[in-house]
Amino acid sequence: MTLTSGDKQAEASDLERWASLIGGGALVLMGLRQASLRGVLTALAGGGLIYQGATKRSTIQQAQEAIGLNKPIKVEKTVTINKPTEELYRYWHNFENLPTFMKHLKSVKVYNEKRSHWIANAPLGNSIEWDADILEDRENEFISWASVEGADVENSGFVRFQPAPGNRGTEVKVVLEYNPPGGTLTAIFAKLFGEEPEQQIGDELRRFKMLMEAGEIATTEGQPSGRK
Amino acid sequence: MKAVCWYSANEVRVESVPDPTILNPRDAIIKVTSTAICGSDLHIYGGYIPTVQQGDIIGHEFMGEVVEVGQGIENLKIGDRVVVPSTIGCGRCHYCQHDMWSLCDNSNPKAWIEEKLFGNITSAIYGYSHMLGGYAGAQAEYVRVPFADVGVVKVPPDLSDEMLLFISDAIPTGYMGAEFCDIQPGDTVAVWGCGAVGQFAMISAYMMGAEKVIAIDRFPERLEMAKKYAKAEIINYEEVNAGEALKEMTGGRGPDACIDAVGLEAHGVGIEDFYDQTKQKLKLETDRPHVLREMMVACRKGGTLSIMGVYGGFVDKIPFGAAFNKGLTFRMGQMHGQKYMHLLLQLVLDGKLDPSFVVTHQLPLEQAPRAYEIFQQKLDNCVKVVLKP
Repeated sequence: MTLTSGDKQAEASDLERWASLIGGGALVLMGLRQASLRGVLTALAGGGLIYQGATKRSTIQQAQEAIGLNKPIKVEKTVTINKPTEELYRYWHNFENLPTFMKHLKSVKVYNEKRSHWIANAPLGNSIEWDADILEDRENEFISWASVEGADVENSGFVRFQPAPGNRGTEVKVVLEYNPPGGTLTAIFAKLFGEEPEQQIGDELRRFKMLMEAGEIATTEGQPSGRK
Repeated sequence: MKAVCWYSANEVRVESVPDPTILNPRDAIIKVTSTAICGSDLHIYGGYIPTVQQGDIIGHEFMGEVVEVGQGIENLKIGDRVVVPSTIGCGRCHYCQHDMWSLCDNSNPKAWIEEKLFGNITSAIYGYSHMLGGYAGAQAEYVRVPFADVGVVKVPPDLSDEMLLFISDAIPTGYMGAEFCDIQPGDTVAVWGCGAVGQFAMISAYMMGAEKVIAIDRFPERLEMAKKYAKAEIINYEEVNAGEALKEMTGGRGPDACIDAVGLEAHGVGIEDFYDQTKQKLKLETDRPHVLREMMVACRKGGTLSIMGVYGGFVDKIPFGAAFNKGLTFRMGQMHGQKYMHLLLQLVLDGKLDPSFVVTHQLPLEQAPRAYEIFQQKLDNCVKVVLKP
């Protein structure tokens, strides 16, 4: 894990490393390996060419990481959807649509064209809430967002739409990162995505594809069986 | 309603379960009038297909009457008589739109299992494990049909179920197997397995211009059926060496194309069969690829292997050198039912195809456990069992 401005347990001032970014999706991903997604997206949105990368980390934090606490959940997944980019961009751009196919979200409320309020389901009837801002929005191409400072669970993400070759629709790539805080919330949050966050995000993206292509999300929940 | 539920290897029970309901707008509920036991159901029955769970309703070859439709369905109404293909396709993804329905992207809600195992997703199949979607099967009084607007073919009321039922699975599977062979005039096609799929593959091969069809099996009554109805020359591999016989019957060249209508529970003879049976029991291989091996060696140079028998996992001791050096073409896959069902219905309506000859047994749904036993052990000259709910 690396530091971002919202991190309270680390020494944000002691900089050891700087990473340069020239922009573009590929570099965002490259950046992901060395820095926080939120920072990269912010830098890109701000048009910045230089990004403050990894920093020296506090002992407490390193210890937490070693035992698996406080580890950021970082996933990326791509799916090809047999629909035009405009249609997919438009649906996604209304964040209030996201809970339809993202099971880990309870609801999203859009306040204005920049800010929205997100509520995620957590085990045992708990929920986790945060406000998020759109960082960058390029029509039919790219949307990035990040939680505002002070969120319980700092998180950020982007979705990129690009036409697939051979008239196969649109390649939709999603990258998400969650930085759980310490304490009880961490444990709750870790359960949110289970043991395989990649699989869960993959399933959510697949449900998006089903909804866009087939008009409904395939299910077997509620069907009969001989199980007692 | 009553439904056939899988419990453990070689054990199915007929249980009372809740009726299915509409879960999605493009669903329909079908009252099943006839449902068959498919050879590939035996792989489930025998416990060879992973991710089948205790209590799952099985069965995928069926027809019946529409009793309820979802709000997204406009082209079907209550009372329509329909045949339903066993593979479930959404009709809107890239694969369905290119007539590769069994590769549908959107019908499998549990696709992560396949994605891990196979590297990608295939369509769901009714009652055929959770890996393939986990949908309740059709050996029941009622069944929910997803994507029913593209997933059924309407059939006229004046033909018997036995004339129409196999458009659901066995005929398109056999037909696709023959189509994969890219048959040229004068070709000889060898078909391993004389169950319903094998029989329809042979008939289809002739329709596509094959000059000679050779049938390979070990049950005399199945071979007789192949001779009588599919006009095939026959080889009983328990009496003669199939590989040598095929060479003799093809002037030393080997068949131009070979169709596998057997799949993962193939029987062989001698040490090789012992090897496969043992490894499968020890879980060191999942599938018994006897037919695959034999086809690779028997096929002529530059020929085609068309694999319609089902394989599920890993196979051992495959003579890949033979396949490579002889330049063989492999074609395979679950059948694309929706691609063929209209054409096949027309063949039946025109009197060019009468599939009813394969039915040797008809039992009430309640007797499913007995029906599975008869079919698995090929008792009483059994070729195909139809269950009547």
